[in-house]
Amino acid sequence: MNTDTAQIQTFEHDVVIVGAGGAGLRAAIECSAQGLDTAVVCKSLLGKAHTVMAEGGAAAALGHTDPRDNWKVHFRDTIRGGKFLNHWRMAELHALHSAERIRELEEWGAVFDRNADGYINQRPFGGHRYSRLAHTGDRTGLEILRTLQDHGVHQGIHVYQECTALRLLKDSDRISGVFGYWLDSGRFVAFKAKAVVLSTGGAGKCWRITSNSWEYTGDGMEMAYTSGAELIDMEFTQFHPTGMVWPLSVRGILVTEGVRGEGGILLNSEGERFMFRYTPDRFREETAASPEEAQRWLEGDKSARRPPELLTRDVVAKAILEEVAEGRGSPHGGAFLDIAGQRDAELIKRKLPSMYHQFRELAEVDITKERMEVGPTLHYMMGGIAVDGETQMTTVSGLFACGECTGGMHGANRLGGNSLSDLLVFGCLAGRGVGVYVSGLADSPQVLPEQIEQARRDAVVPLNRDDGANPYLVHEELQSIMNKDCNIVRTEDGLERAIVELNKLKEKASRVRVSGASQYNPAWHEALSLRSMIVVAEAVAHAALVRQESRGAHTRLDFEGERDEWGKVNVVVRKKSDGSMGVSKVERGTPPDYLASIAYSSLDSLEGGIHV
Amino acid sequence: MSEHIFRIWRGDSSGGEFVDYKTEVDDGMVVLDVLHRIQTKQAGDMAVRWNCKAGKCGSCGMEINGIPKLACMTRMNNYSQHDVVTVQPLKTFPVIKDLVCDVSWNYEQNLRITPFRPRPAGSDGRYRMMQEDVDRVQEFRKCIECYLCQDVCHVLRDQDRMDRFVGPRYLLRAASLALHPLDVEDRVPAIREQLGSGFCNITRCCTDVCPEHISITDNAIIPLKERVADRYYDPLAWLSRKVVGMIGRSAD
Repeated sequence: MNTDTAQIQTFEHDVVIVGAGGAGLRAAIECSAQGLDTAVVCKSLLGKAHTVMAEGGAAAALGHTDPRDNWKVHFRDTIRGGKFLNHWRMAELHALHSAERIRELEEWGAVFDRNADGYINQRPFGGHRYSRLAHTGDRTGLEILRTLQDHGVHQGIHVYQECTALRLLKDSDRISGVFGYWLDSGRFVAFKAKAVVLSTGGAGKCWRITSNSWEYTGDGMEMAYTSGAELIDMEFTQFHPTGMVWPLSVRGILVTEGVRGEGGILLNSEGERFMFRYTPDRFREETAASPEEAQRWLEGDKSARRPPELLTRDVVAKAILEEVAEGRGSPHGGAFLDIAGQRDAELIKRKLPSMYHQFRELAEVDITKERMEVGPTLHYMMGGIAVDGETQMTTVSGLFACGECTGGMHGANRLGGNSLSDLLVFGCLAGRGVGVYVSGLADSPQVLPEQIEQARRDAVVPLNRDDGANPYLVHEELQSIMNKDCNIVRTEDGLERAIVELNKLKEKASRVRVSGASQYNPAWHEALSLRSMIVVAEAVAHAALVRQESRGAHTRLDFEGERDEWGKVNVVVRKKSDGSMGVSKVERGTPPDYLASIAYSSLDSLEGGIHV
Repeated sequence: MSEHIFRIWRGDSSGGEFVDYKTEVDDGMVVLDVLHRIQTKQAGDMAVRWNCKAGKCGSCGMEINGIPKLACMTRMNNYSQHDVVTVQPLKTFPVIKDLVCDVSWNYEQNLRITPFRPRPAGSDGRYRMMQEDVDRVQEFRKCIECYLCQDVCHVLRDQDRMDRFVGPRYLLRAASLALHPLDVEDRVPAIREQLGSGFCNITRCCTDVCPEHISITDNAIIPLKERVADRYYDPLAWLSRKVVGMIGRSAD
């Protein structure tokens, strides 16, 4: 272990990207293409990032499956799915660029499923008007991540794997690097850089029932917040309606929306296809009114409307919750998802191989013959670091962010499939933004030894203590607080209680003790991650308390329904000069006329669909 | 709920030993759940590499009762309560600590494979490939890089030919490029000379342990070996190549 700052290993690059999921790797490829000396720092092995768990597909209006599709319809779907709270420019850029980003992956070796004409096939998904998701079976994330990885390693990018970033370094108000440590040796390391890109994903590990892996501890959000950047829309946490619920040890693991996209239906304990009762008015004219119409849609009748199982995730998750609350749940507190009755076994195995495998291996359920039991699981954070829509730069000079760790793009609710396209589009834009920023720098920001020394001292505290709480148990307490009082449905009392409890937990987390040495010590890692998780959890609870309405993924029992005045503001979280968490309402800009007209227009005017 | 004894290798590159942990096991648990319970309650600093806990990332490969497996996909009901469950790191790679190995050699092999080189897109800027022509490549691309095949391969594990042979994982990757309908790179010489395809003696151990059930040997390695044989050991092909090569040169 390093004992003094002078001995700390230091590397220097033009840009350091923290996180090697799809967003980070796409950003790295773009930075490298611009001639920047580029490094990626990732806390797992390269190729293991959370992107591999994305299943259903990447949304892009390629128009291969339905020629009526185009970027405007994609944009309109995204805005409506996000309940009109999306960052307008980001949603526009996303819809405009996603098709090009997908095609580019084919040039780099990706092999998406094909349609009968040999072009990229597209699958239907919740909230998307047309079949829009480029996919590879139900392992699309793996296909995309491996493509970026295998292309990226030949672009001269330096990869520092199993290396965890702990602190951002600043030279007055500009970013100057990152401080972290090697997992395998426990040694500290500093990276000097002109720009830093955060692509660290979400923070699902704050909740007990989640589809997220251990990496999802909100490191980037916390580092950005601590360094003075703003967090936005933190109250919007997406609960995916279909996670596994049994056995307990796999509770929360994702069951792709592709099951419903391929025709899967949701049933309650009485055998009723209950989603027909939950269609919101806003989507009624675009949603099938009866099982008979939904069946025609499944058989390819283009005049039939989409089944209600493909309503947006917030709607489906709350419907399942309500069925359970009213005593019509499945034996382990979920709903039944049935594809066996809709599709033949061969198609299920071909289109959903990893779901077939996952249920057979982990739950002893054959999904070609039996129904699955599913329930909501914390899946994604719409909120995150606030960025400029064009450049992806945060409010801190030289600090950029892309992918799930950012906020704004998805508004109050993300559509399935818009995450894989998000990370490609904004990873690329972040790379371009870095290029412009770095070329405009007059001098290189300096790394200040006292910042490194402070970060080092903060990090070793849990190792040097004789007595203190077990970090694993503190993490379990955090998950209990969030699952109890900051979950799918929220109330003022619950959120206030969560904030009080989180304050107490912060105190406890500052006193955790870790035994053993620093070399590959997961308890130490857990202790350091707790700091990030608690900041993110606090930001979510505070923002959720402030937003007195129910919109998208944020549901307040004490403030039902969307309120017009809340459609005009974002909740922004930033660290105040006294160190406390500041939470404020910030007026949203009005959209440019041409975007507003698309968002509020009828489908007829966009491509001659059903009138809304 | 039942009680089990887990015999886990604890140590680092300088040596180590098996340590027994008595632990409770709940219904439906997988081996990784049990390792996490031991971490939480008995051995906080025990190193285990894992990520997705759903068989999708390939991080948690280890040897469980001597068989290379993913800990997240190995259910405890495979073992009776009276069995001791022995868990140790992958043997083929140098250990870092406890159940975690240094697998960086694999990343070095990947870099030796010539990148994908596609033919130009169609006039509309798009690529066309029929599904039946990509089925085989998609099977290979299911690989989650868990390195269980690399661990079990005799050429790497027992014969220690890491200097000459890239292992089943990277022959699979080479096959995913060689059989890619868009790829125009001639990969046969490198498959033979740099990747060492001749070292594989087709025992199919890699296929047996693949958690993605990829037919590594039959569908990937054997077709590559056939291409190499056709090129280098088929006298007719050799002659025609000579003639074509001469014509090609005279046209320059």
